Amino acid sequence: MSIMEYNGGSVVAMVGKDCVAIASDLRLGNQALGISSNFQKIFPVTDRIYVGLPGLATDLSTLRERFRFRVNMYTIKEEREIEPETFARLVSSTLYEHRFGPYFIEPVIAGLSKTPSGGVEPFIAATDLIGCLNFAKDFVVAGTASAKIFGVAEGLWEPNLEPEDLFETISQTLMNAVDRDAFSGWGCMVHVITKDRVITRTLKARMD
Amino acid sequence: MNSLAEKYSTTSPLSKLRKAQQLAEDEELSDAMWGSSAGFGSLAKGIPSFTVAPVPDPAAFLRLHTDDHADPNCRIKIQHGTTTLAFRYKGGVIVAVDSRATAGSYVASGTVKKVIEINPYLLGTMAGGAADCQYWETYLGMHCRLHELRNRERISVSAASKYLSNLVYSYKGMGLSMGTMICGWDKTGPCIFYVDSDGTRLKGDLFSVGSGSTFAYGVLDQGYHWDLTDEEAQELGRRSIYAAGHRDAFSGNTCNLYHVKQDGWHFIGNYDLSKLHYEGPNNVAGQGYGYDVRTEGRTSANPPPAATATA
Repeated sequence: MSIMEYNGGSVVAMVGKDCVAIASDLRLGNQALGISSNFQKIFPVTDRIYVGLPGLATDLSTLRERFRFRVNMYTIKEEREIEPETFARLVSSTLYEHRFGPYFIEPVIAGLSKTPSGGVEPFIAATDLIGCLNFAKDFVVAGTASAKIFGVAEGLWEPNLEPEDLFETISQTLMNAVDRDAFSGWGCMVHVITKDRVITRTLKARMD
Repeated sequence: MNSLAEKYSTTSPLSKLRKAQQLAEDEELSDAMWGSSAGFGSLAKGIPSFTVAPVPDPAAFLRLHTDDHADPNCRIKIQHGTTTLAFRYKGGVIVAVDSRATAGSYVASGTVKKVIEINPYLLGTMAGGAADCQYWETYLGMHCRLHELRNRERISVSAASKYLSNLVYSYKGMGLSMGTMICGWDKTGPCIFYVDSDGTRLKGDLFSVGSGSTFAYGVLDQGYHWDLTDEEAQELGRRSIYAAGHRDAFSGNTCNLYHVKQDGWHFIGNYDLSKLHYEGPNNVAGQGYGYDVRTEGRTSANPPPAATATA
């Protein structure tokens, strides 16, 4: 069995109108055996950037700390918060440093970047496990249910969704996709990042 | 003149057609060709016969193309994940199964019927190859009926299961894959036999088969005793399948529950495992089997929904 499917789990991020959403399931498994139904895979980087880390759970812990360290160093040296675009490059180069012995994680980044006029612009990106960046304008997916999420997202997503509509879209996409994946599910968590605040909700999902 | 020449020529289109028609009429067509043998066309001459690959070792050839949990590129997929259980108690036999079919990590179906109704007194369960179980258990049903007609008496569960066991044993090494429980009520009372494609045949009070069987056994063992009431027994079957569906990635979706009594089997119901998790069998919110549902409001880590809403 693939090491990317050892623990299971999936993440999806979507762009809306002046907002972004990122969602994941809550399962931690040991192959077919479910261990935890409260295992978070999405973490805040700054107030406006979230990163999702689906893949091998042990590498998730390591990478989370590594990113925290590097973002802190950046903040101290630059004396400002990191921008989503910059954070994506940081993620990419961190992963490529381990080109010949990679971390088994495929990060998904969602955030709002500042525009010169003082507004915000939604930003999402995903990389493979050795740091190949994919800047998408609609949605990005990763994890054991990625193929299934792609299918549902392709059907449900539309441009310029307001935060509440984006929440509905990403929730329906993730919930229906993970129900078709044996290694994802056991609850879902959604974050919608807007200019003023982040809306975080856990969903009542199938538990089998 | 032209038509006369055509009539006796051997190459004209008309004569070809005539020859073909003649061939078709001369051919002895068995009833099986017209689909009147209930799908058992391969048995038209009385003995089961199957086409095999025209190679020196058909079994090895088949193995090469069958998904023996190693090669994902294989074309013939076998259903691995399942939870099925059956137990015997004073009130009869309880048979409970899940309904998920997976192909790799993909949940191919959530509405599979894994209980095969062989006849009004006999049930078979399905684990392993879906087609193998379906075909051979239906075939078993045919022979059980023949036994009835020949002996003017219903076949015993023991005899029926032995018939199946001997049958699959004759195909040993050919790649059949089935783990089944033959359940019924005969002269001796409620009865369960476990039969698998290796040739194992075991009589017992309590069995569970499939990837989720260990989880089902956990609940089953702690709740099982001979003097269960019918309601208790049905609840135990349901609860055991829920436990397996919850923990095992390859089991889930719904639970099909059957009860075999003296007058034959009865279908009790189809239960959505997610509903059982949150609401339990009686569809009452908060009475679910789920741990978080049962312990809601008992600890600060798991506060009641009202507290979360105000926080």
